Amino acid sequence: MLRKLIFMGVFLLAAQARAELTIDITQTVEGATPIAIAPFTWTGQPSAPENIAAIIAADLKRSGRFAPLPEADIQPAPQWGQPLQFPVWQARKINDMVVGSLQMRGPDQYVVQFQLFDVKQGTQLTGYSITSQTSHLRKTAHQISDLIYQTLTGERGASDTHIAYVTVVTDKGGHRSYNLSIADADGFNEQIIYSSSQPVLSPTWSPDGQELAYVSYTRGRPELYIQNIQTRIAKRVSAFPGLNNAPAFSPDGRQLALTLSKDGNPEIYILDLASNHLQRLTYNYAIDTEPAWMPDGRSIIFTSDRGGSPQLYQIAISRTGQKTRARRLTFEGNYNARAAISPKGTHVAMVNRNGKGFHIAVLDLKNQYLTVLTDNPLDESPSFSPNGQMIIYATENAGKGILAEVSIDGRAHQRLRFQRGDVREPTWSPFMNSN
Amino acid sequence: MRIRYLVLSLLMSSLLIGCQSSPKKSTDVANGSKSAGTTDQRFGADTGGGFSGDPLTNPASPLAKRVLYFDFDSSEVSAEDRSIIAAHAEYLTKNPNVSVILEGHTDERGSREYNIALGERRAKAVQQLMLLQGVGQKQLQVISFGEERPVALGHDEAAWRLNRRVEILYSGK
Repeated sequence: MLRKLIFMGVFLLAAQARAELTIDITQTVEGATPIAIAPFTWTGQPSAPENIAAIIAADLKRSGRFAPLPEADIQPAPQWGQPLQFPVWQARKINDMVVGSLQMRGPDQYVVQFQLFDVKQGTQLTGYSITSQTSHLRKTAHQISDLIYQTLTGERGASDTHIAYVTVVTDKGGHRSYNLSIADADGFNEQIIYSSSQPVLSPTWSPDGQELAYVSYTRGRPELYIQNIQTRIAKRVSAFPGLNNAPAFSPDGRQLALTLSKDGNPEIYILDLASNHLQRLTYNYAIDTEPAWMPDGRSIIFTSDRGGSPQLYQIAISRTGQKTRARRLTFEGNYNARAAISPKGTHVAMVNRNGKGFHIAVLDLKNQYLTVLTDNPLDESPSFSPNGQMIIYATENAGKGILAEVSIDGRAHQRLRFQRGDVREPTWSPFMNSN
Repeated sequence: MRIRYLVLSLLMSSLLIGCQSSPKKSTDVANGSKSAGTTDQRFGADTGGGFSGDPLTNPASPLAKRVLYFDFDSSEVSAEDRSIIAAHAEYLTKNPNVSVILEGHTDERGSREYNIALGERRAKAVQQLMLLQGVGQKQLQVISFGEERPVALGHDEAAWRLNRRVEILYSGK
């Protein structure tokens, strides 16, 4: 009886979490690989604590690379341990099929097993047995998604990663509260790690995924903090007069690029986190802000309006502290700002305005080709998934701030709608190897 | 704060009533009221209305205007706003113990950090004009909120126009 009660509780919690968030696939990809994820065989009582197959199917669909068959269409559903009827699925033009099981092995102890088959060849491509617990079952499902994704595409999947974002909730008295949250990459398992009655903005991950740097106005003006996600301990790292904004960790995590206006107007500096030594990078009367590091740590791409309108520029970081010259990167559109650099340094995503509306665009650094990926009126804050395949950004829907995702080829689109508050400034975590 | 001035003006009006015999003095303090030479009752009614001992609380003074508006992605102060800034600067030079916060804001469009920088540039443009008129550096504090604190919540030009602003905030008022 006790066991039954626990199960019920878990089920209710899961249902509640689902109600908090809706994912709308707004544009699917023609030519995405058809795949069937059979419902995972569950022998326990009363019902399975998580629908593993549904989580995997949703992950694969969001990547834009796969078109999972609806669960109701997977009939007769293959059972774990039974031979798979390949000709049946070949006839239905399914390329790949996942069959799995979820078994309870003890109090709060599960084993999740799956096999991935190449239906055309009639062979198993991979298979794993993973131990898990109730609170980790969604994570286990995301790990399976990533194993499937990697086996079939040759690239690392990004389902088992996290996002951080800011949510602003206004109460009936008009008081705003600014919450900094982290969640799984699909928006589930939201946890608030910092809350303030004053503006919070520009969260950004440390390269090891253990810390977030952000701007808080908690003392009445913008100052920079670095907070450890596990311990929740925050340290104020920059509080000069004027702006202390736009933090960006260096690829090795030892330095923070930031915007300070202590010397008169916004300029880009590099702060060494161990020694607190400051190196000034830009010297211009215009606005210089929003630094983003190239993955080799040798140069920074930033926003400047030195040419009359905001555009992206690139500047080398001198080891000797000498002044270097910035080179303009963007020429299309009268507003290009907030660079996000792809993990391999091949593409730069940005907020682009060309005529009407602010959209997310991506610049291919090799051939200088700019592609506008989105078409809502107010898109901002792009951030790459750690495998470089997706961009998460903030947009507006029915007067409310929401998050959305687009594949870097611009073909797959989806929206993440949270029930409460205005959601903004998403930032995708790096790959995390621990836990 | 308004209550304090009301009390002050009531106090002053009772003082004035106490010295009806010098109408000249009363017209000076009563801010150009037409009451000189009229009856006591008429005089009392006037001081009860928009009387002010401090131009900061006079709604007819240019100092009553404390929000300046800007064009998109611009920090250029309009000619009309220059005269308002000049009036505030004059007041601040005459009252060196008074200080203000210049709060810079933007509309919601574009990127947030660029908007923080733009809000600061707007506030600094106002600060610069005040410094040129001799206001003390210590009387002026600049803070930018970018697009984080809109006063109008719509997503159209009508709302954006109201949000692209610098607010002149007198400390304690």
